[in-house]
Amino acid sequence: MSAPDANILNDAKSWLDEGRKLALATVIETWGSAPQPTGSQLVIDEEGNFIGSVSGGCVEGAVVTEAIDVIGAGTGKVLEFGVADETAWEVGLACGGRIRIYVEPLGH
Amino acid sequence: MKRELFDQVLDAKAERRPVAVITHLATGAQRLVARDAAHDDDLSDVLDTAFRFDKSQVVAQDGEEYFVDIHNPPLKMVMIGAVHIAQALIPMAKATGYDVTIVDPRGAFATEARFPDVGLIAEWPDEVLNDVGLDARTAVVALTHDPKIDDPALQMALNSEVFYIGALGSKRTHASRLERLREHRFSDETLARIKGPIGLNIGAKGQAEIAVAIMAQVIEHLRLGGEAS
Repeated sequence: MSAPDANILNDAKSWLDEGRKLALATVIETWGSAPQPTGSQLVIDEEGNFIGSVSGGCVEGAVVTEAIDVIGAGTGKVLEFGVADETAWEVGLACGGRIRIYVEPLGH
Repeated sequence: MKRELFDQVLDAKAERRPVAVITHLATGAQRLVARDAAHDDDLSDVLDTAFRFDKSQVVAQDGEEYFVDIHNPPLKMVMIGAVHIAQALIPMAKATGYDVTIVDPRGAFATEARFPDVGLIAEWPDEVLNDVGLDARTAVVALTHDPKIDDPALQMALNSEVFYIGALGSKRTHASRLERLREHRFSDETLARIKGPIGLNIGAKGQAEIAVAIMAQVIEHLRLGGEAS
């Protein structure tokens, strides 16, 4: 991905240096009119603070919840959001697109 | 991502070295691949085009899914001319992810006061552009209208692999520019890389709108390879 993400990762480094436990969420696939391109990233700490964006706001809440689980579990997982998905009616993409997101522990 | 790998990614970005992080999605196993070592990787076929088109993607191999995350160096825009249009173009270039460098030998134009927060080089373009680095992640826009300043920069851009070259000026100005450059033995095919009059034709008036037209054309070349215009 291009430059805009560089600052997110630099901020993540600062968070790690402060001793915070983090997860990294990355858009790995998109279909249709997904709002953020593949490679877009969100960094989440164990208290649910986050920087960056994976969907322009549509599914960040759900991703943050999953990310806190990932920080606890210590292993990554793939999430999928979209109108074709059951959960979409709760946390779906208003644009009608579909995205897959990989969430992993960052720095530990 | 383990801390060691993460630090390697950040180092690569800081040093403008292209790298990819490859994640085996089922296990989370990860590896870092430098672009110049990509041909030795199991996914070498995919990596070459992924780097070239800056395209992170999921790849299936032997029934397993891998996410190839491309970390290319930041995009760069080199503006020849510390002029009015540059002032309008800078915030747009920054917002879309470009590191901006201004080159203008005229000290009265190239002042910190007029251009805060960008790389500002008050030298002749042909003396500094090699150091600035004209690579495939770079766009060059010539904005001075002055052949003494623009032409040498355009020649260097034409001899490089920059993905976009644009030059400000009317159709007539551009025609005489091409005439001058032909004398330096550039073929018509090569000269066609220079977009002039610069920018998409949206009837732009004034510096801000012209900057939008330029930025749109740069994005078009980056994302579509400039096929549309």
